[in-house]
Amino acid sequence: MRYIEPHAHMVSRVTDDYERMALAGCEAVCEPAFWAGFDRSAPEGFFDYFSQLTEHEPKRAAKFGLKHFCWLCINSKEAEDVKLAEEVIALVPKFLNRPNVLGIGEIGLNKNSRNELKVLEMQVELAAVHSQLILVHTPHLEDKLKGTKLILDVLKNDRRIQPARVIIDHVEEHTVEMVLDAGMWAGMTLYPETKCTPARALDILEIYGNERLWLNSACDWGVSDPLAVPKTALEMKRRGHVAAAVEKVVFENPKAFLGQSEHFRL
Amino acid sequence: MTRQQVLDLYFLDARHKLIEIAAFLDRVERAGGADDFRLKAFRIALGKLSGDGKHRAKDVLLTFSDLSTEPIDKAPGKGAVGAPML
Repeated sequence: MRYIEPHAHMVSRVTDDYERMALAGCEAVCEPAFWAGFDRSAPEGFFDYFSQLTEHEPKRAAKFGLKHFCWLCINSKEAEDVKLAEEVIALVPKFLNRPNVLGIGEIGLNKNSRNELKVLEMQVELAAVHSQLILVHTPHLEDKLKGTKLILDVLKNDRRIQPARVIIDHVEEHTVEMVLDAGMWAGMTLYPETKCTPARALDILEIYGNERLWLNSACDWGVSDPLAVPKTALEMKRRGHVAAAVEKVVFENPKAFLGQSEHFRL
Repeated sequence: MTRQQVLDLYFLDARHKLIEIAAFLDRVERAGGADDFRLKAFRIALGKLSGDGKHRAKDVLLTFSDLSTEPIDKAPGKGAVGAPML
């Protein structure tokens, strides 16, 4: 069964994971820019990271026949330093024409602070000016509801932003409806303890339908599973969903959204 | 799925998780000290499981959510803890 992994932080995964994903039917992996687990000390650190995402990771993926795509931004955990953020955001346009760049992401909020909001607005501006797709990270745990509402307000208030070109990731039962009602895409993240389980993600799918929804693992340097999406596809089959319905969620939906970027080609 | 199918697929997993929650609460009771905001929120969230509603997961998540609407002045750190400070 073929699938697309729309959100995986492969810089933090070993090469074996690419092999396992390819064996499980993955055809493409998409990697948003994120927090490395520590604060980068200078804009040059981000320049090197963007180079890694646009040069090194595609080569690593290609060894297993996988296409690798990426998103670029300064993540919300490093957004408290607005001056640093401005310098990093100024670097991003230099990379936008690289052949595997899909758009601006994963932007968003972390603790819902004023500086994080300012940096989010700056990156929404960047996306609007350069006509880029947007991938949004919503905050963790107790901060998710408030952060999702703040993020949606920013996006809805900018008339240049087309809702169908925005994916709001890490939705859960208390945020999915407001995202879909706003006309945006919603990503369900299959991550242990802090986000959805396969069963809950499928409950959401069965309640809200299979339009504008995708599944992802968001696997990273934490305890996480790069095969969460194909495992959830298996769960769909256990529940009696036919093969075409499974493929729609794990392949056709990501392809439809990501295909809005001229760089996304399988 | 029928209700029977749901039970066949998920009962054992849900039973296991319920026992884990019960054991967690027993563990808390055996330990000395006061409740903190997380346990207070947990006890409220447990109450959302009873009744006939169809949105228990959402209600539990809302119980564990910060319901304020204004951005905070400065991020106090990076992480989240799982419940709003009351």
